[in-house]
Amino acid sequence: MTSPNEEEKRPENEKKEKRPKIPRQPMHGQDPAVRIRNFDEVPYGYTDELAKLESSRCIQCKKPFCIEGCPVRIDIPLFIKKIKEGDILEAARVIKRDNCLPAICGRVCPQEDQCEKVCIVGKKEESVAIGRLERYVADYEAKHGRFEMPEMAPKTGRKVAIVGSGPGGLACAGELIKMGHDVTVFEALHKPGGVLVYGIPEFRLPKAIVQREVDYLANLGVKFMMNFVVGKIRTVDELMEKDGYEAIFLANGAGLPIFMNIPGENLNGVYSANEYLTRSNLMKAYKFPDYDTPIKRWKNVAVIGGGNVAMDGVRTARRLGADNAYIIYRRSHNEMPARKEEIEHAEEEGIQFRMLTNPIRILGNKDGWVRGIECIKMELGEPDESGRRRPVPIKGSEFEIEIDAVVMAIGSGSNPLVASTTPDLKVNKWGNIIVDREKTGRTSKKGVFAGGDIVTGAATVILAMGAGRNVAGAINEYLVYKAIGW
Amino acid sequence: MYEIVEKKVWFNEIKEFKIKAPLIAEKQKAGQFVIIRINENGERIPLTIAHKDLDNGTINLLFQEVGKTTMDLGRLNKGDFIMDISGPLGTPTHIERYGIVVCIGGGIGVAPLHPIVRAMKSAGNNVISIIGARTKGILIYEDLMRATSNELLITTDDGSYGRHGFVTDELKNLIDVRKIPINLVVAIGPPIMMKMVCRVTEPYKIKTIVSLNTIMVDGTGMCGACRVSVGGRTRFVCVDGPEFDGHQVDFDEMIQRQRQYLTEEKIAVERCKHK
Ligand SMILES: Cc1cc2nc3c(=O)[nH]c(=O)nc-3n(C[C@H](O)[C@H](O)[C@H](O)COP(=O)(O)OP(=O)(O)OC[C@H]3O[C@@H](n4cnc5c(N)ncnc54)[C@H](O)[C@@H]3O)c2cc1C
Ligand code: SF4
Ligand code: FES
Repeated sequence: MTSPNEEEKRPENEKKEKRPKIPRQPMHGQDPAVRIRNFDEVPYGYTDELAKLESSRCIQCKKPFCIEGCPVRIDIPLFIKKIKEGDILEAARVIKRDNCLPAICGRVCPQEDQCEKVCIVGKKEESVAIGRLERYVADYEAKHGRFEMPEMAPKTGRKVAIVGSGPGGLACAGELIKMGHDVTVFEALHKPGGVLVYGIPEFRLPKAIVQREVDYLANLGVKFMMNFVVGKIRTVDELMEKDGYEAIFLANGAGLPIFMNIPGENLNGVYSANEYLTRSNLMKAYKFPDYDTPIKRWKNVAVIGGGNVAMDGVRTARRLGADNAYIIYRRSHNEMPARKEEIEHAEEEGIQFRMLTNPIRILGNKDGWVRGIECIKMELGEPDESGRRRPVPIKGSEFEIEIDAVVMAIGSGSNPLVASTTPDLKVNKWGNIIVDREKTGRTSKKGVFAGGDIVTGAATVILAMGAGRNVAGAINEYLVYKAIGW
Repeated sequence: MYEIVEKKVWFNEIKEFKIKAPLIAEKQKAGQFVIIRINENGERIPLTIAHKDLDNGTINLLFQEVGKTTMDLGRLNKGDFIMDISGPLGTPTHIERYGIVVCIGGGIGVAPLHPIVRAMKSAGNNVISIIGARTKGILIYEDLMRATSNELLITTDDGSYGRHGFVTDELKNLIDVRKIPINLVVAIGPPIMMKMVCRVTEPYKIKTIVSLNTIMVDGTGMCGACRVSVGGRTRFVCVDGPEFDGHQVDFDEMIQRQRQYLTEEKIAVERCKHK
């Protein structure tokens, strides 16, 4: 990602005082030819030297734009300063004041749309690699830091239930337990972590990192109830009335697959991204038959969509042995919502991008298996509500691609399971739970709060994490100070 | 972890466990299922709840060893544990007073049918049950079904017990010969059996409910692996079902989708046998 730069070769110690032009430091990783045959993490992360060098690129702005760009307002210049001073554990403390999941966010945040987008250095050259530094600090802490018991408020004996163990639920649990409450996380699946374990692949976010965060919370006293589908085994009302939970935080995410409603979608070999990724990640089907869950190792796979989910799907397909792994996206390259790094990694891995292309029909063979996909070429027209130019089909441009499987990654809706079993919980027309403000997360039902993807629709880890922390504050005020009511 | 407190071997490959799961037992209603995962490397498979015992907080699961997971399951014994059980899942059977209800169970489908028979009976229906098996030796739940139904009819494919023939033969007999004004048919069994039952009842416009057993992963409507076409619409069996109006179900598509992992299943079974 570093642009070839002559400065690169200059000895850095000489120049440091004069504020040399140090280029953005690259993060080394597995060679594409090697990594398409395994599921190990792609980048290795900064070495101490690289991190130090990169940290020296920050000019310590008086009015740091980066903080404005960060959804949870991490004190970025301060933690970078600590790296520069060599006190990495202190840097970790600084980050953790605002972000309890830095090892995760450092890996999956869309930094180029957030802090790094507005970083002042980025005006003239490439911005400071804030995300990579965050990841470095978190990994360093995990390796070298000792378990530090945070300050824990005296036990209050107040029971709080958290529905969903994604970043929103975990963040909220972490805050509430420190505030002295009795916290239980209820999770539908058998492993905690939400999308972090069932959606995002190992090669992008090692599951051991998620487990470490969960273990940390368990050490603080958070209870985890797995295989617990709220709305089935217990409704929200029952949790409150029968089981004595005084407040509930709904962080059940955006877990509803969306299909395109085109012919052929029920053919064998058509999957939602959720199914494909859950098989591979949560169930470890890429290790079949050592693990029991099967997954097909198709040679020609088309993934529909242009976001992170699509990139994860297509790169999984490649690793499972696809010679031809396509991204089919109806807009152009520039509009793809995926993280820049993922698109670049996908390109390096030989993913074939079919831009301005929209599927209209999936073709099957006589036994009901996918044999191809019929698409139509698109062109960009007038801007739509999202401000992006609307793709419109070009008449007569239909064509076929021969494939064995299709993965639909065109978005996620909100799963109605919780809302439909909680009568007085108001949702909007997309099924998202309505809250008063994102800061407090109060729903229409007394004692029930919500945050993360179930409120915003499919968004980001950092926003869900931030919502979880904010709502924890609101729940505390509701329980202890009665400062928030209904 | 869920403890197996009782194991019953019905026949070589047909086994039944009584499992300690008080919260699930408390909530279970006729027609609902659970998703189990035996161990850390295990896959998630759905099994319908055949029984529950509120006093002891147990549920019964009956299964036939057909793949690697059910074979592994069959090797467990009383005192062993199943790692994960999630449930009760799915929409319960709609129970009301219909009048005359014919409940048809084929193979191990008789087990999940049993709670429905019981609920239909309690709601004041006159329940005629038809249960069928390939041969006498693998007929399950005869006594339970006799005790809960108003009338029990039995068929075996090879004629070793009951009427020689299929459950559909008995059904036709009820309709055409005995001229019984059936208000509802509920059928659970192999897909082909359910399809045939629907074919019999359709011309008479007898409402027919079937319970589908598709491939599932999460069981909460998150993945869509379980989808089927019902009345031309895509539905998720794990949340919208498992029961649907049989006359609307695209059985051929469903049967095709069930076969998706046959190759992989063979590999897994081979490995399992050599253990
Ligand atoms: C494949 C993929 C890749 C992504 N990549 C990125 C990325 O690179 N960067 C980024 O910032 N964001 C990414 N996202 C989005 C991000 O993961 C989500 O925005 C975030 O996880 C939302 O967090 P959450 O806590 O609201 O919900 P989730 O993480 O969705 O967690 C919700 C949890 O609630 C559980 N649950 C649901 N219903 C019930 C119920 N009834 N009872 C009990 N539990 C229930 C679910 O099983 C789940 O574990 C990605 C998403 C996907 C799917
Ligand atoms: S905007 Fe960039 S240069 Fe300024 S403090 Fe933030 S990271 Fe450093
Ligand atoms: S099993 Fe995943 S949606 Fe039904």
